[in-house]
Amino acid sequence: MSVLSVVEISEGKIKKASVEAAFYGSKVAEGLGTDSIAVVLGEASADELATLGQVGVKNVLHANDARFNNFDSKAFAKAVGEAVSASGATVVSISFNQNGKLLAPRLSVRLKAAYVPGAVDLPVFSGASATVKKNVFSGKASAQYQLNTEKKVIAVNPNSLSPVRGTGTASVEAFAPAVTDADFSTVVKSTDKIVGEIPLSEAELVVSAGRGLKGPENWGMIEEMAHLLGAATACSRAVADVDWRPHHEHVGQTGLTIRPNLYVAVGISGAIQHLAGVNGSKVIVVVNTDPEAPFFKAADYGIVGDAFQVVPKMNEEIKKLKSAH
Amino acid sequence: MKILVPIAKVPDTTSKIAFVDNNTKFSPDGVTFIMNPTDEWYALVRAIELKEKQGGEVVVIHVGLADSEQIIRKALAIGADKAVRVDADPTDAYFVAAQIAAHAKTENYDLIIAGKETIDYNSYEVGGMVAELLDLPCVALVQKLDIENGVATIKREIEGGTETVEAKLPLVICAQKELAEARIPNMKGIMGARTKPLAVVPADATEKLTAITSYAVPEKAKECKYVSPDNVAELIRLLHEEAKVI
Ligand SMILES: Cc1cc2nc3c(=O)[nH]c(=O)nc-3n(C[C@H](O)[C@H](O)[C@H](O)COP(=O)(O)OP(=O)(O)OC[C@H]3O[C@@H](n4cnc5c(N)ncnc54)[C@H](O)[C@@H]3O)c2cc1C
Repeated sequence: MSVLSVVEISEGKIKKASVEAAFYGSKVAEGLGTDSIAVVLGEASADELATLGQVGVKNVLHANDARFNNFDSKAFAKAVGEAVSASGATVVSISFNQNGKLLAPRLSVRLKAAYVPGAVDLPVFSGASATVKKNVFSGKASAQYQLNTEKKVIAVNPNSLSPVRGTGTASVEAFAPAVTDADFSTVVKSTDKIVGEIPLSEAELVVSAGRGLKGPENWGMIEEMAHLLGAATACSRAVADVDWRPHHEHVGQTGLTIRPNLYVAVGISGAIQHLAGVNGSKVIVVVNTDPEAPFFKAADYGIVGDAFQVVPKMNEEIKKLKSAH
Repeated sequence: MKILVPIAKVPDTTSKIAFVDNNTKFSPDGVTFIMNPTDEWYALVRAIELKEKQGGEVVVIHVGLADSEQIIRKALAIGADKAVRVDADPTDAYFVAAQIAAHAKTENYDLIIAGKETIDYNSYEVGGMVAELLDLPCVALVQKLDIENGVATIKREIEGGTETVEAKLPLVICAQKELAEARIPNMKGIMGARTKPLAVVPADATEKLTAITSYAVPEKAKECKYVSPDNVAELIRLLHEEAKVI
């Protein structure tokens, strides 16, 4: 018996979301009194993988195979399925990120395992079954999912647990799944990454603005705040729809769902569809001229005031804070 | 080209979410049900656009009870050619995926386009599960899909950007925003929908792998701490010292 975490590599580095999935896997393994194992598909250095020991991983199964450098759901599901057999895992932990959202359900079918998409807490075991909490109805409620099969697949909602790093080192073992070229069914032609910016889905701090800013020319102060804090920028759908901001910044029910530590919302009314994408944030700050704006009901801190006066002052204060520390 | 589009029924986003029977069941009282937005706006419309361009047929499949007829007729009114309803309560994603896969095995679909997630359970699972059951390639979070000579060119979301991939048909796609522009059914579509074929078939015997044992609504909304716009320094201090997020 063991717990297996699926760890993704991007440009030779372990993805942040995967560190969390591995930490989650280690916590589950600790609870079950068994080993935390990780599987890594794609090229990476043994030194990088050994750092998984810091979040409790004992052994890494590494398919150091360039064919896995790009994600292919069919080939990955097959390879991870083999890693489950090789490690005797009964629980698989995967990040509920872009790739995990497809890999995890495929894998669950392959293993005939019960699956919970987007767990926000650790599972509670009772005999052969386990119960795991997940958010439903776009964050308006949570549900306890009971997993009734021997093998279980859990996809962990990003930013649900904060990994605690220790000093361990994981051993790394070569792993050669019997995946043929024919199993790779998609070919990557090009990628288009926004460079120099923090990807919104990975960001711990997010500064967001909406129609209250009046026009795209006024985003300078929002970008400045993001820059000062090392934050990513986001926006409401209303402003993405009129092309004030790029669509990849749009959060909410029809856009990205994020759970940063801090979400600053400037000139956004807080419509229920917008909140659906951000109400998992740890701390929400709202700046809005309208004291009745619904966003204040979801906020931890609020300023009723004009963005054009408040935001520049916030930037000044953040500068002072940063220079004092 | 033959395209299958699975559609789900979900509570309208503005619905009040409440639970009954000691918080073990979702209460449909006073809730308006709609076709899942990503299924309707992106998956279905892109399927119809591809058919309009290249010929073929668009079939919608829904796993649900008789009260779902309205959303199925809406899909037909928007432009699907025919519909299949698997007569069963869709309480487990694996069960739903197994029904869709069982149907797809009897027909030769070139393409299955699902929505990325439903807005009730936010699970992102049915498309991937169907693909695994049929041993097909699958690409999710798809924003662009073009098909030429049996090869699909697909733009999908990745962390902090997009990736363009190619895959041969048959193929499963999970659609999201930008894939198409929502269409509103016109009078002709609504009239035509009444006579389009809707087959009701019994469910395949499949076990359910998960069950929801209870629900909870978050305790009363948080208490907002207000700071005066003339005292912005205090806000930054609170974020640093109290919330410890900056
Ligand atoms: C099915 C569906 C799905 C949707 N999905 C999404 C989604 O995913 N994401 C999303 O964001 N929206 C979504 N929407 C739209 C959503 O309902 C709102 O219309 C949208 O979020 C509003 O954007 P906003 O807050 O920027 O604009 P508004 O609602 O116009 O709000 C602007 C706010 O700015 C404030 N303001 C004005 N001037 C100032 C100033 N000088 N300083 C400070 N504050 C000021 C106003 O008081 C107001 O509260 C969806 C809608 C539907 C129907």
